[in-house]
Amino acid sequence: MNKAIEMKDVSKWFGDFKVLNKINLEIKQGEKVVVCGPSGSGKSTLVRCINRLEVHQAGVIKVIGNKLSNDKKTNYEINSKIGMVFQQFNLFPHLSVLDNLTLGPTKVLGLSKNEATKKAMKLLERVKIPEQVNKKPHQLSGGQQQRVAIARSLCMDPKIMLFDEPTSALDPEMISEVLDVIIDLANDGMTMVVVTHEMGFAKKVADRMIFMDEGQIVEQGRPVNFFTKPKTKRCKKFLNQILQH
Amino acid sequence: MNKFVFIILFFLVFLSGCSDSNIWGWYVIDPSTKSGWNNIQFLLGGFTSTIQLSIIAAIMSIALGLIIALPGMTDNYFLKSINRVYVEFVRAIPLLPMLFWVFYGLPVIFKSLGINIGIDAFWGAVLTLAISDSAFTAEIFRGGIQSIHRGQTEASQTIGLNYYQTMRYVVLPQALRRILPPLANQFIYIVKMSAFASVIGMQELTRRANEIVVTEYRPLEIYTLLIFEYLILVLIISFFVRWLERKMGSNESLNS
Repeated sequence: MNKAIEMKDVSKWFGDFKVLNKINLEIKQGEKVVVCGPSGSGKSTLVRCINRLEVHQAGVIKVIGNKLSNDKKTNYEINSKIGMVFQQFNLFPHLSVLDNLTLGPTKVLGLSKNEATKKAMKLLERVKIPEQVNKKPHQLSGGQQQRVAIARSLCMDPKIMLFDEPTSALDPEMISEVLDVIIDLANDGMTMVVVTHEMGFAKKVADRMIFMDEGQIVEQGRPVNFFTKPKTKRCKKFLNQILQH
Repeated sequence: MNKFVFIILFFLVFLSGCSDSNIWGWYVIDPSTKSGWNNIQFLLGGFTSTIQLSIIAAIMSIALGLIIALPGMTDNYFLKSINRVYVEFVRAIPLLPMLFWVFYGLPVIFKSLGINIGIDAFWGAVLTLAISDSAFTAEIFRGGIQSIHRGQTEASQTIGLNYYQTMRYVVLPQALRRILPPLANQFIYIVKMSAFASVIGMQELTRRANEIVVTEYRPLEIYTLLIFEYLILVLIISFFVRWLERKMGSNESLNS
């Protein structure tokens, strides 16, 4: 299978603080990877380096065969192939749900307003909120907003989807409606990198678990082994803490 | 609107309170006499140039302000410096000296460069007001744009929008709602500062008032009228901006 994402010796500093320390990672097309770890371990930064929201300072990142560099044009091209879902949704508050979805397709992919609307409606049905199409984001619940955000990403026909703690800002009763959508997407064969602490969800969808601490990938493996017999002490301790409740 | 009427009435009552001491001679602008009517027509005729001057200067100032503000928000040191130098330099020049410089000085430079552009009083005033105000407008734009959460630009980036598209469709529409009130303030400021154009001989409200004062020797009445002329202009702008704010939803919170 082809590689979707390749990272070789990727390092990044915030000032003197080393957030990423020589990360080596390969993700195949169609693979679902769940990244977990304590806060400050660099997992968000890792994901944000993939679509260049953060710029890495050492090492090489290749996305679908394209090397990330300072060339803006290729970055825009690569970006439109990578969807991203944020913890804070980041919907465009001044636009209706429909306009949130059609902005990218009309301005970047060059679709007509009609085609884009059709596509948007199809995706809104997929995330199960077609009835909210004309509302503004602030009129929706958190769970609905996050589902709109997922649909907005899907509108660009991404090859890879990144999720940066997609349920951390949600009320407990809304978490499952968002996770259901992500699981549905996973079953469709999308390449996904998900940063999350929802371990039940991770067991269900992950092909591979990655545990990060202090900017390094400390442990990785198939969920079965990862949850039942973690190899490292740090990972064991972390799993104990979050699986306690 | 009632509040505005109240303000005007308050001033009228306040002024008429002084009437028993024979200091007033409203005949100069009494519309029932021929000379009074002529004077009024002449004074009110200044509205056209004051309004034209202010609107053109405001539009230029907004365009210039945006052009100056954008480089100030890049990571490029050189572009940032251009923004800082412009803002600090222009903001430091008092309006009147700048007006003199533009009106009397700039044509000399043009001439030495072989450019045959004369600057009349109107364009001299427009240019001065626009440039002088653009430094403030630029700072307003910068504040407004920077107040838009970083997540908005990041989200735009992830759906493949480039810098221009992100500004045009995501950041500026949101920023504009926030900066509408301070921009309106600047517009009012321009209207008031347009009075300086009288110094270089532009026939706007203040200049016309001065000319009538010189011939009629009635400064109190004519300058009183002048003040009300500006008051009415500014109140109309305030009223219009409130309406615009409601229409654009500047007052409603957009945060989810």
